[in-house]
Amino acid sequence: MNSNRQHFFFEHYGVTNQDLEKYLAAALSAGGDYADLYFEYLTSTSLMVDESMVKSASQGISAGCGVRVVSGERTGYAYTDDLTPARILHAARTAALIASAPAKTPVTGFQEKPARSLYPVRLPSVDAEITAKVELLMRADRAARAFDPRIKEVRASYADELRNILVVGSDGTIADDSQPLARMNVNCIAKTDSNSARGTSGGGGRIALDFFFADKNPEYFAQESARQAILQLDAREAPAGDMEVVLGPGWPGVLLHEAVGHGLEADFNRKKTSAFAGLIGKRVASEKCTVVDNGTMPWRRGSLNVDDEGQPTQETVLIENGILKNYLSDKLSSRLMGLADTGNGRRESYEHIPMPRMTNTYMLAGQDDPQDIIRSVNHGIYAVNFGGGQVDITNGKFVFSASEAYMIENGQITAPIKGATLIGNGPDVLTRVSMVGNDLKLDEGVGTCGKDGQAVPVGVGIPTIKVDRLTVGGTARKDTGGFMQ
Amino acid sequence: MTTTLETTNEKQATDLKSLASDVVRRAMQGGASAAECVAREGDEFSTVVRMRQVETLKESGSKSIGVRVFFGQRAASTYSSDFSTEGIERMLKSALELAKITSEDPCAGMPEAGKLGSLPGDLDLYHEDVYSLPGVERIDYARRCEKAALDSDPRMKNSEGGSFDAATGRKVLANSHGFVGEYRRSYCSVAAVPIAQDEQGNMQRDYWYSVARSLAKLESAEKVGKEAARRTLRRLGARKAKTAHVPVVLDPLVANSMLEHIFEGVNGDSVYRGASFLAGKLGQKIASANVTVIDDGTIRGGFGTAPFDGEGIPTRRTVVVDNGVLKSYLLNTYAAKKLGLATTGNASRGLAGTPSIGLGNYFLQAGTRTPQQIIGDIKDGLYVTEFLGMGVNLVTGDYSRGASGLWIVNGELTYPVEEITVAGNLKDIFMNISEIGNDLEFRGSVASPTIRIEGLTVGGE
Repeated sequence: MNSNRQHFFFEHYGVTNQDLEKYLAAALSAGGDYADLYFEYLTSTSLMVDESMVKSASQGISAGCGVRVVSGERTGYAYTDDLTPARILHAARTAALIASAPAKTPVTGFQEKPARSLYPVRLPSVDAEITAKVELLMRADRAARAFDPRIKEVRASYADELRNILVVGSDGTIADDSQPLARMNVNCIAKTDSNSARGTSGGGGRIALDFFFADKNPEYFAQESARQAILQLDAREAPAGDMEVVLGPGWPGVLLHEAVGHGLEADFNRKKTSAFAGLIGKRVASEKCTVVDNGTMPWRRGSLNVDDEGQPTQETVLIENGILKNYLSDKLSSRLMGLADTGNGRRESYEHIPMPRMTNTYMLAGQDDPQDIIRSVNHGIYAVNFGGGQVDITNGKFVFSASEAYMIENGQITAPIKGATLIGNGPDVLTRVSMVGNDLKLDEGVGTCGKDGQAVPVGVGIPTIKVDRLTVGGTARKDTGGFMQ
Repeated sequence: MTTTLETTNEKQATDLKSLASDVVRRAMQGGASAAECVAREGDEFSTVVRMRQVETLKESGSKSIGVRVFFGQRAASTYSSDFSTEGIERMLKSALELAKITSEDPCAGMPEAGKLGSLPGDLDLYHEDVYSLPGVERIDYARRCEKAALDSDPRMKNSEGGSFDAATGRKVLANSHGFVGEYRRSYCSVAAVPIAQDEQGNMQRDYWYSVARSLAKLESAEKVGKEAARRTLRRLGARKAKTAHVPVVLDPLVANSMLEHIFEGVNGDSVYRGASFLAGKLGQKIASANVTVIDDGTIRGGFGTAPFDGEGIPTRRTVVVDNGVLKSYLLNTYAAKKLGLATTGNASRGLAGTPSIGLGNYFLQAGTRTPQQIIGDIKDGLYVTEFLGMGVNLVTGDYSRGASGLWIVNGELTYPVEEITVAGNLKDIFMNISEIGNDLEFRGSVASPTIRIEGLTVGGE
């Protein structure tokens, strides 16, 4: 290595290149095609204000090293939270047991790729003054309560972390990164004599604390959360059945994450367990749809300088003008499938095996005026905020749950409706996208994706779009609903 | 193939207890008015066999420690995976520092000393036999499970694998009232996730599993694999259904989720904030008269059993709903103080933050009729085998989730359905549980028999 950069683990744990070579040699002592080491040192802070009191404050540190050995399609994995040479060697020898062949030639020398800096914070938020973080939450609490006297409960939370990683592979890969992450959330409950409702808002990214004092302040999130709660007090029953659905810009991009994103992760396609298997080059969306996954957007929650296998992230076109172009790949799938590694190998922590995951997934802006999109709908819903979603990648069925939505009647947005789940089929839902707005927006930065028990931060985005037919899971009966006629 | 595994010996066990007690003592020396320490260590093994070949093999151990300190009515917590002298020192120092910025909270505090304790006797939670199989046989367990699924029908064409997992863990809790408690638990499981494909190339996936605290009690790999195949095959050829208002029957695994919504509704943390559709309903009828829901952390060998909760309170049996009437919320010390009630011993202590509220063994009491009898009554209805998504609003009770299952025609399960929604409001849903099956079985800490619900909206074409 010929770099002057400060390597966290070299400095704090006295790790040397010779140590790394020794660990990798132990990992490949029973053969194996590839081995890597993932060192992680994670510091985190979390704070919660409830009933206008700082009720909870915690900080923590976790550190460890995971050793992976790949032999054909097999993966052996072991980890240790004790970063002494003896324990790392023990983990390496345990992971090595997946293979059963003569030892591989030891690795000598590593090649570092040029460093990128997508989140150059001067002072990581974990090291910033804790009193400033408390101030953010107290301001959010005051702003939410001031929004409307019917806001009776406010819970504001803040969490940040700094993850230092070092990844070394037997292919000569060496990469390190220091990954800040921060977010704040505000949850409100509005109450009247007869009714209660909730609202939630939040945001953040790989940003420094001053983001919340400048770009998106606590009042912004608090007022948005309170607004939603008050609005929901008067929400009507949602309709049930197939209808036209307009999605607002930003977080409704969770549609893409569930409907197509997971189904395009290379591991599912390598194993042919995805409803998208074998569809590369085929039409899976209307020609107005171009969908990308982009891990290189500065400051964003889903971005990474390098993925958790040391590969630089990139922008990958998933769907171009309706045609399926690429899968999202990690090292294992790229080797077994003969695809390029798209830098999507991610893991929750050193205790976990990496796999293909999304970063920031969004649809490019189209030509349509969002107002025209709404005007084009006779009878349908306009959904602007969502909770989470879920997908069964094998049959392609996905759901996402609207938390703020309105009826559209004769081209006009009318009454707010209660939250409802929307359900569709991933491989064909985008073929029914008939209009795409010119107003692409990314989400605020609170998304966390779960796959096989591993949680990683992600981003989504979408312009206003119209889906000609999607099933809405409401409760209103057509014969009694009045507005349903 | 051989694997190695380091089992925790008694010497380390003593160390964990004395370490936790030492951390508490040093926190008090540092000026805390009260302190509590949790220390955990565990080992895990997991293997996945996919398409009859080993896919992953994972084996490791880890440990962690957390401390919560009080300065009067102010509290803060820190944690670490670093057990070195410096690591512990740093954890303590930052906890004492952090407590300065939290608020005086009249309800903050540890439980009273007189309430602390641990259930006596052996609770049958730990069996070393979960690790007794040699590595090759553990892999074979997963392989046989997947094989049974794949071999059961020519339409079983693919798989996400068969798996075998084992884990043991030790947990220690110590506090400045002099409480020091410890328990060990073991766990093993076998599962299969097969994929079936029809002539048109459409795929369906489902799963089945068995879990036990002792290897001796784990169901056979073959039985689990065959059941996984049966559940997967019956989904082939699924179609959408028409939007309808029909009786809905939930299979036990799916019915668990309804029971969990009752828990979320009686969770003291949501109740004191008025953030629950069940807040203020104590003593009132919230469900139909056949509904009795119990939380019991004391059942020998149970998946939700522990001798004490996350604050050192002995676990107990709590009747939550008795013949439709809400009898008790589920509480930790904080929520109990907020509501002017006594803790129910449901504190759940993670490494960091204030304790939350969790479950022991939590179940809906079984009825007398078989699932077949319940389905047999229905002319036209939906049998749900899977819910998708999180469309549940616990403040209002509004409920809307994706679903798949089988359509009931003239008392029989007929064709599979998918891409539909099920919607209603939890307040009505619990009042409209018209039937409860006799098929209560614990496959985890939450268990429900088959249930039938009236008045739901099924959304489709």
